[in-house]
Amino acid sequence: MSIKEYRTAAEARGGLLVLKGTPGVAFGDRVRITDHTGGVRNGQVIRTADDEVLVLVFEGTDDLDLAETWVRFLDEPMEIALSPEILGREFNGLGEPRDGRPPILSNIRRAIAGSAINPAARTYPREFIQTGISAIDGLNSLVRGQKLPIFSGSGLPHNRLAAQIVRQARLKGEDTSFSVVFAAMGVSYTDARFFRDELASSGVLRNVVMFINLADDPPVERLLLPRTALTAAEYLAFDLDRHVLVVMTDMTYYAEALREVATAKGDVPARKGYPGYLYSDLAEIYERCGRIHERHGSITMMPVVSMPSDDITHPIPDLTGYITEGQIVLSRDLHNRGIYPPVHVSPSLSRLMKDGIGKDDTREDHPRVAAQLYALYARAQETRNLASIIGADELSERDRRYLHFADAFDARFVGQGEDEDRSIEATLNLAWELISQFPREALTRLSETDLAKYHQGED
Amino acid sequence: MSDSRRSGVIRDINGPIVTIEAPGIRSGEQVRIGEAGLLGEVISLKGEQAVVQTYESTDGVRPGEPAVGLGWPLSVELGPGLLGGIFDGIQRPLEQIALASGDYIRRGLSIPALDRSRLWAFEPSPGLEPGTPLAGGMVLGTVQETATILHRILVPPGVEGELLELAPAGEYEIEATIAQVRDARGPGRDESRRLYLYHRWPVRRPRPYSQRDDGVAPLITGQRVIDSFFPLLKGGKGAVPGPFGAGKTMVQQQIARWSNADIVIYVGCGERGNELVDVLESFPQLDDPHTGRKLMERTLLVANTSNMPVVAREASIYVGITMAEYYRDMGYDVVMLADSTSRWAEALREVSGRLGQMPVEEGYPAYLASRLAAFYERAGRVETCASASGSVTLIGAVSPPGGDFSEPVTSHTKDIIETFWALSKELADARHYPSIDWDTSFSGHVPTAAQWWADEVDHGWAARRAQALKLLSRDAELSRIVNLVGPEALSDVQRWELEGAALVKEGILQQSALDEVDTFCSPPRQFALLDLVLWIYDQGAELVGRGVPVREVQSLPFLARVRRLKSIYGNDQLEGIRHFRAEVGQALDGLRLEYDQGEASR
Ligand SMILES: Nc1ncnc2c1ncn2[C@@H]1O[C@H](COP(=O)(O)OP(=O)(O)OP(=O)(O)O)[C@@H](O)[C@H]1O
Ligand SMILES: [Mg+2]
Repeated sequence: MSIKEYRTAAEARGGLLVLKGTPGVAFGDRVRITDHTGGVRNGQVIRTADDEVLVLVFEGTDDLDLAETWVRFLDEPMEIALSPEILGREFNGLGEPRDGRPPILSNIRRAIAGSAINPAARTYPREFIQTGISAIDGLNSLVRGQKLPIFSGSGLPHNRLAAQIVRQARLKGEDTSFSVVFAAMGVSYTDARFFRDELASSGVLRNVVMFINLADDPPVERLLLPRTALTAAEYLAFDLDRHVLVVMTDMTYYAEALREVATAKGDVPARKGYPGYLYSDLAEIYERCGRIHERHGSITMMPVVSMPSDDITHPIPDLTGYITEGQIVLSRDLHNRGIYPPVHVSPSLSRLMKDGIGKDDTREDHPRVAAQLYALYARAQETRNLASIIGADELSERDRRYLHFADAFDARFVGQGEDEDRSIEATLNLAWELISQFPREALTRLSETDLAKYHQGED
Repeated sequence: MSDSRRSGVIRDINGPIVTIEAPGIRSGEQVRIGEAGLLGEVISLKGEQAVVQTYESTDGVRPGEPAVGLGWPLSVELGPGLLGGIFDGIQRPLEQIALASGDYIRRGLSIPALDRSRLWAFEPSPGLEPGTPLAGGMVLGTVQETATILHRILVPPGVEGELLELAPAGEYEIEATIAQVRDARGPGRDESRRLYLYHRWPVRRPRPYSQRDDGVAPLITGQRVIDSFFPLLKGGKGAVPGPFGAGKTMVQQQIARWSNADIVIYVGCGERGNELVDVLESFPQLDDPHTGRKLMERTLLVANTSNMPVVAREASIYVGITMAEYYRDMGYDVVMLADSTSRWAEALREVSGRLGQMPVEEGYPAYLASRLAAFYERAGRVETCASASGSVTLIGAVSPPGGDFSEPVTSHTKDIIETFWALSKELADARHYPSIDWDTSFSGHVPTAAQWWADEVDHGWAARRAQALKLLSRDAELSRIVNLVGPEALSDVQRWELEGAALVKEGILQQSALDEVDTFCSPPRQFALLDLVLWIYDQGAELVGRGVPVREVQSLPFLARVRRLKSIYGNDQLEGIRHFRAEVGQALDGLRLEYDQGEASR
């Protein structure tokens, strides 16, 4: 039946094509559509009944002349060809080359939908990755196999931060670098070029696969792109034993494309017009990351999510946070105060940090130093609020110390250069320098042993 | 069995919702869909057409392929060999699936939950002679399932008749016949019926019991803010709502680790794969503080992670609660943790949306509240059919979108449960863990818990608890004043109240799950710390009342140490706390004397 071509399209709207009289079509089947100009579009069956089939058209349904539209069901799922040759290449969401070079030829073809990793086959991620960035390494450590998104906002330097992480990330005491899968959905040409140039100038391009769908490319294709990219990442990690870092930007555009299609399908909306299955859909993507028993490679994921109107409760960051293993939140306030990277540590979190740090991984005092810095910073934020009400002059000596701490913490601990690659020891030492402004009695999150060993103030 | 199978044909595939034409099929019946044999369940009937929700992805399935009704509703296998295992949302054993299909889960697998070849040493119950009348829930004999758990082999509920034959002590496979009964109620009335080491039970039907009893003892979790402030009784229902990252999973995992339940069933419902791995990797290493045995020996996991098919997520909590009821029926105290009930509700929403049902609030169907209530109703302390006492304590995490507790799932849950541990983003952001907010949390079980504390630990518990809560609410009032007019407006007495509240927060309420000494706090140690902190507060208040400047009291060196004490002295080092108290007493006496002399010489 794969050879049969139908000209029975009855309706087209919002990227969807309705076909009549095409019985026995498989759910999820890949579809090839030839329009009246001879142009080819790609699609997928998203509902199938005896008398009617619904096809999602990735290039969209604009300018289709239904009477001259030919549809072929290919009798295969959406899949891509994979070989080591994908490294150094650039593709679109369907896995077709975008770099003018020939398509990948290989016997290895994988369905991009993937399937769920059996939880019983997973290994808990626990290897500390040093990114060289204090706000991350010290307080929200990343481990190999973790999914840790960057929550950002328009105009904030999430791309620069992601690029810095790609450049600097490595395992402590190892210098094998990561292979990078870069997935761009709906980003501007400038942003895509920024990454390409960044990766080229740090000489890692040979180790990078790029999947790109720009702002002016068909939005429906964004629904495939992360899946295509992750299929490539799984191949690199679990067939070729590589440690893969997947950077996906911007998941917000992905979710918007999903909403567009859901609305066209008439799905019941949950919040802000996003369909109720946005959570499961995002989870299918994010949960492809991790470590697996007896496999040497790993997939670490760093999606960028821009928060519409800087609102962390917006469904896209909110559902992302419910799925990922923490989040790095960027702050407009810090950015406006000239602090780079503007990481707001209070709402930031790494859930997998606990098993990746400490005595055997970073340093024995690390967990308590992080807890103490958080406690001091939380108190300092309260003091800042108080100072803004009653004026800094009215504060007690003790409170003023917290204010100084907050300023030094923002400027020196969080703030660092875009080329500054701090070792975890440097990060922890810097933390002790800030902590030591306080007398030992104020530092109850640290153990007495920690204080004896690292506190720099007089007894 | 073959006559009960009804075959039909697929008409329409809309994601997990498949319409089939299958005359005679029943509502709730299990169905195998298509050539791949995907499992599903009939959720509605219209004439000869049936709507089936499939537990697996329908990719590649075509209209025209066959669909076969299996003749029974979604059921679980109940027998020895469940403990220590990890099952998917429809009770397929994930470890065996990994052996059969590798690292990724393939579709259409049917692997039974219980190992067919494993031998179990069966010990028949004494006094069961041929001719003995039998009824559902009676104990035919026992099998030592793990070192601590004696598995009682129960007559399946619904069976009633007379024992014809009971197998002698010996090693049996799960499918071996261990008893024959003349079943007065079975299908072929008065025919002999075989009973095995296991039986099946439909998950959507609560298992029967003799009668419901009131809860009498708190579930001890070893978490101070829970046990000492917002207790939950064994057999009670509790909820943990909170925004992402606030600590719902941590609270539940802490309860799974340290609570004094006999059996723990942990249902990962639409959450992360790695969280289950964390349990799987760590529990076999950890000791149960109550029995000294490895935690995994009493634990069972159900996993439908967020990337697994959404319909099986809806089923997973029923699969979990049915296994919980089964162990309850053996006379055990079972805790079931469901993380997260919101994902279950979303699965319900997803299916109802695809069926075109009318949404009422935020896309949820009108029956959300009644389904939730019916589910929580399966918790409880009961007298079993065999006149033993057993309980199911049910604790559900709730994940409100945007952290908004007024959304449907949180608000309906709040109406149903008895204990509410509300997690706060502000506390979590300040790394105050567990981030259970003392202002908005509540427990309906305080009076019963107070009786237990008075009997088992100390008569002073209720008073100290109330005093601590009062101090915390004074703290909120005074902080409002400070934020309006600054700290200078406060009197010394008020400042000491603030200090007292800070001591309660830092020395008692904060309890890191990652602190080896403090991760589990025994009830005596909980009371010792609470009593100590409030005693220090009282002493300080008395000094301030006498006119000692609050600054002097605040600068007493032991105040930093009180905050650290929980991490210094473990559950078997209470004398360390007593010793510390004596030292503080001396220091205070010193200050008191100094001050009195100062006063006198003035
Ligand atoms: N009692 C605790 N002790 C120490 N750390 C804690 C505690 N509770 C929470 N945390 C910290 O908070 C993090 C998030 O907690 P958790 O994963 O339980 O959140 P959650 O509410 O389940 O979030 P989600 O809804 O996204 O699943 C943990 O990884 C841990 O770092
Ligand atoms: Mg959780």
